Amino acid sequence: MDIHEYQAKKILSNFGVTIPTGGIVYSPENAENKAREIGGSRWVVKAQIHSGARGKAGGIIVCNTPLEVAQATDKLLGKKLVTNQTGPEGKIVNRIYIEEATDIEKELYLGLVFDRSSESIMVVASTEGGMSVEEISKEKPETIIRSKIEVAVGMQNFQARELAFGLGIEPDLIRRASDTIIGCYKAFSELDATMVEVNPLVISKQKQILALDCKMSFDNNAMFRRSQVSELRDKTQEDSKEIFASDRGLNYVSLDGNIGNIINGAGLAMASMDMIKLAGGAPANFLDVGGGATPEKIVKAFKLVTMDEKVKVILVNIFAGINRCDWVAEGIVDALKKIEIKVPLVIRLAGTNVEKGNKILKESKINYIEANTLEDAANKAVEALNKS
Amino acid sequence: MTVLVDKNSKIIIQGFTGKMGSFHADEMIKYGSNVVGGVTPGKGGSKHLDLPVFNTVKDAVNETGADASILFVPPAFAADSAMEAADAGIKICVAIVDGIPSHDMIRIKRYMRRYTKSSKMTLVGPNCAGIISPGKSMLGIMPGHIYKEGNVGIISRSGTLGYEAAQQLKNLNIGVSTSVGIGGDPINGSSFRDIIEKFETDNETDVILMIGEIGGPQEVAAGEFAKENMKKPVIAYIAGLTAPKGRVMGHAGAIVSAYGESAIEKVEILKECGITISKNPSVMGDTVKSILEKM
Repeated sequence: MDIHEYQAKKILSNFGVTIPTGGIVYSPENAENKAREIGGSRWVVKAQIHSGARGKAGGIIVCNTPLEVAQATDKLLGKKLVTNQTGPEGKIVNRIYIEEATDIEKELYLGLVFDRSSESIMVVASTEGGMSVEEISKEKPETIIRSKIEVAVGMQNFQARELAFGLGIEPDLIRRASDTIIGCYKAFSELDATMVEVNPLVISKQKQILALDCKMSFDNNAMFRRSQVSELRDKTQEDSKEIFASDRGLNYVSLDGNIGNIINGAGLAMASMDMIKLAGGAPANFLDVGGGATPEKIVKAFKLVTMDEKVKVILVNIFAGINRCDWVAEGIVDALKKIEIKVPLVIRLAGTNVEKGNKILKESKINYIEANTLEDAANKAVEALNKS
Repeated sequence: MTVLVDKNSKIIIQGFTGKMGSFHADEMIKYGSNVVGGVTPGKGGSKHLDLPVFNTVKDAVNETGADASILFVPPAFAADSAMEAADAGIKICVAIVDGIPSHDMIRIKRYMRRYTKSSKMTLVGPNCAGIISPGKSMLGIMPGHIYKEGNVGIISRSGTLGYEAAQQLKNLNIGVSTSVGIGGDPINGSSFRDIIEKFETDNETDVILMIGEIGGPQEVAAGEFAKENMKKPVIAYIAGLTAPKGRVMGHAGAIVSAYGESAIEKVEILKECGITISKNPSVMGDTVKSILEKM
């Protein structure tokens, strides 16, 4: 789960990280007042969307008067911002963060992620703040320093100090810098985060160490014990079909193609998508109804896939394990009684009781194309697409 | 494969009396697995499915001599149950459960470092289908009848894709020595490398089929291990050629976040390690067959 910049800043400040003074607003009037309340003579108006690279997309505006702050807010609110991370449809701006402008002396990069190789938390830092970590590792890999943290004992002061000295921070500021790094580590480990990124972490002309932009992501599997974090979810930043799916226990990812998929198991779903591509088609979605593929889930899956107007063919591929194909087939027949399908439907069943399952489908008089193997299913789906 | 489970493995079910535990215990017993009891804290002393229920794993091990366990406890309690099994002297534990927080998995792995290599429990999963040695024992939730007895070792992150492979092999009259589902989570108990190493020394396994997917370093680590240390041929399929970067594809661990984690990059690296690639998921069986014919 992702959260907004201002939410991440609030969290990090609770862990001792210094952030510029700022506040969230929902209207231009609100924004003007907030600017006066913050004080100073320069402000930054920041569109809050779940994406990086907002600056290049026009989502961050520096203003010199409270009136300009109001105008910038007016310009951004309600707009869809398209960045290189949002996809062409962009993300809607419903919240604006107003912040005092910072006089930057130096921009640094600080990131924390799980390291899957060593099964520890990895802190990554670089002197080249402001660029994405991908850009840094491509263009200035020599500036990257890493520190592996043993989660059982947590981050030690010396580890933070080593990073701070490694970043070339002057001796007077080392203490502040290592407190900042440890604060980010504590937020990561105490809140079940999967990613904390402060980019840039800046040293201001006034010799403050400030988190100027932050991103945090959290482990969905741990939200049951992190109610204060899960409350920060903003569904307006998510794909409506993906919300429909996650609320119903389905794993769904919206894609660009036009062959809709209903599959059980994440691996089999990815494999089926690969087969569609090899057959010359393109998947409209990834959809895993779960290994069990219960009839209820199949009904929900049909609803979800038919919500997508791009879909020109639907491919169902179920490998029945503990559940049986006859049961799955009944679920499909039941779903098609409730939902009208206007596009060709290809069904491949495999596993337990496959003959019985196919018999139920045939006798049900539903209009579908039967397939026997993974390859057969993908070929028939692409064939049906080309005919339609 | 006798190194993980065999006919003599004495199995207990953790979360025995729940709906999932009961259903799959029954399936395992029907398959012929040697299930000797189960654990549900607070229900010790009672009987379930005609088998004894214990309050703690220690009690179960002391009374029955159990050496294998399978977890059907909710994700919030799964880490605790896995550590309890490790501490009670269980040798092999399969965690079926989907949804264990990553921070908990790291904690389990760290906890297990207190044991020496010879006394350390093997944890398989979580978010996996479990283990089956056809004709011997099933410590998992797979449909046992799709597995024919034979000499191919299967390791898969995905459950249903592992079934797909077993079915393709069976249709070609090829059998399986052991199939291990290592699960779809980013941090797991046993990696591809851990299991292929066991297959290399298993005299019932002649070739190994490794079914990977996008995300994480484990397929590549296994490839590099195989290149240096393995004599038996390894065949691999990697799912997710069409998966977009930075998105989680169902499995929590199926996300491309670094170089070498996409399907294309993994395939290239594995090829360099001398591993035979099944070019698409519908020819996993045929690819294994062609290797077996050359042997």
